[in-house]
Amino acid sequence: MSTLRDRTAIVGIGETPFAKKLDGSELKLACQAIVAALEDAGIEASEVDGMASYTMETNDEVAVAKNIGAGDVTFFSKVHYGGGAGPGCVGHLAMAVVTGQCRVGVAWRSRKRGSGQRPWAGVTQEVPGAAGFTRPFGLLRPVDEIGLLTRRYMHEYGGTRDHLANVALAARRHANRNPRAIMYEKRLTREQYMSARWISEPLCLFDNCLETDGALACVVVSAERARDCPHPPAYIHAFGQGLPPQHQTMTNYWNEDPLRGPAWACAAALWRGSEIRPADIKVAQFYDAFSPLIPLSLEGYGFCKRGEGGDFTNDGAIEIGGRLPVNTSGGGLSEAYVHGFNLINEGVRQMRSTSTSQVAGADSCIVTAGEGVPTSAMILRK
Amino acid sequence: MSEMTEQILVPEIDEDNAPFWEGARKGELRMPRCTGCGRSWFPPRPMCAACHGTEFQWERVSGRGTIWSFVVPHPPLLPHFMKLAPYNVICVALDEDPTLRLIGNLVPEAGDPINAVDPAAIRIGAPVRVVFERLTEEIALPRWVRA
Repeated sequence: MSTLRDRTAIVGIGETPFAKKLDGSELKLACQAIVAALEDAGIEASEVDGMASYTMETNDEVAVAKNIGAGDVTFFSKVHYGGGAGPGCVGHLAMAVVTGQCRVGVAWRSRKRGSGQRPWAGVTQEVPGAAGFTRPFGLLRPVDEIGLLTRRYMHEYGGTRDHLANVALAARRHANRNPRAIMYEKRLTREQYMSARWISEPLCLFDNCLETDGALACVVVSAERARDCPHPPAYIHAFGQGLPPQHQTMTNYWNEDPLRGPAWACAAALWRGSEIRPADIKVAQFYDAFSPLIPLSLEGYGFCKRGEGGDFTNDGAIEIGGRLPVNTSGGGLSEAYVHGFNLINEGVRQMRSTSTSQVAGADSCIVTAGEGVPTSAMILRK
Repeated sequence: MSEMTEQILVPEIDEDNAPFWEGARKGELRMPRCTGCGRSWFPPRPMCAACHGTEFQWERVSGRGTIWSFVVPHPPLLPHFMKLAPYNVICVALDEDPTLRLIGNLVPEAGDPINAVDPAAIRIGAPVRVVFERLTEEIALPRWVRA
């Protein structure tokens, strides 16, 4: 039996508002989100002794610990690969709590991606490493890199733009029920999707996540401590990270099977540690920087067979009321894009039965980081 | 956006990839092959994952392959590419070993711009042949024409 299983829980979640542009520094937003999460958990900041975030996070532990007034911090960890990091941060804290390295861990991500520079625009003229074999040819942005895999996926499995539209429309319908979502008041129809401008064919505007300013945080403690906290614990049932053989981040074109991405490696570790199986799970938060990551994740994590991820999205299956509602807050496509941390907090809300698109009878939830990059995932349970 | 990005992008030549770009300057498509076990890898790297050898010999390959996938980027893009958009980027699987794939662009003829082919006419599986376009003194980029 996994030593991690159900022995820790997320007991607090916090976030700033989400907007295209927020006032205040990324540091200020990070600290506000962390303090909100600690208040939600009913735990004093002076008790924080564990910290985890993304390597892409600009606020280091020193700055955050000083501002929130943390005590002696005895565990700190950063997880690499951008959108692959989210559940990785939570999993590292869970392992640290179980092994006694810390007692109260906070994970966070703060990002002014809405008002700041697009990362791909910061490329230098001489492109180093593997990217030197892609960017000089005009394969510049993550959307181009994933678009290339998407076209191949469509070719091999008969995936269609209607499948991708299913994903974008599900996210939008969930966001339309969530007042915190940037797209709360903006409807989206299939006709609008089909007539939207291209970003990188075969991907259009609505296949892309939002560009958002915002920060989120959560608090991880032991299961024993969790039972004394004000909200129902979201137990961390299982956790995994995944980096498959010969993988190349985003431009995964140089191995035998590019469509078998990091999700497959991560899934092996995740399900190995889990009593809960895909068939038991009634709600999912899959990282969605791009709509095609949903069919790829459905396949990688074993919710359907390979090549069936597109058809899985048909007939409202991934919308509230369907077989497996996905990204019930609106996700990166329609709530906010903060490197997927909003998926973690929404997973916790589903376990507390407080989501604006609450799935009846959901007693567990999968939360994943980005497919296409070295990734991470976890199973939360009531 | 920095002034740098107004310019073309070029690969940084390093100790692993230098023979590739040396070949490209001479109009040859070269691939590395592990001298220990004969396995080829791309992009170039310091160690063979099959036998842990660190010596590679570079061999000229036929320069023929098929289109494995492609995209057609539209704005927003870096300024140099904004001027060309929409253009195509193709991924080519080499005939010698279809797991060796190269990112490039489909052009009507060597030297033509990367937006000169009608994207609607590009097909996965179409046979292509390498040509080269000299960008700088050091760098010639492989592009592809229909075979």
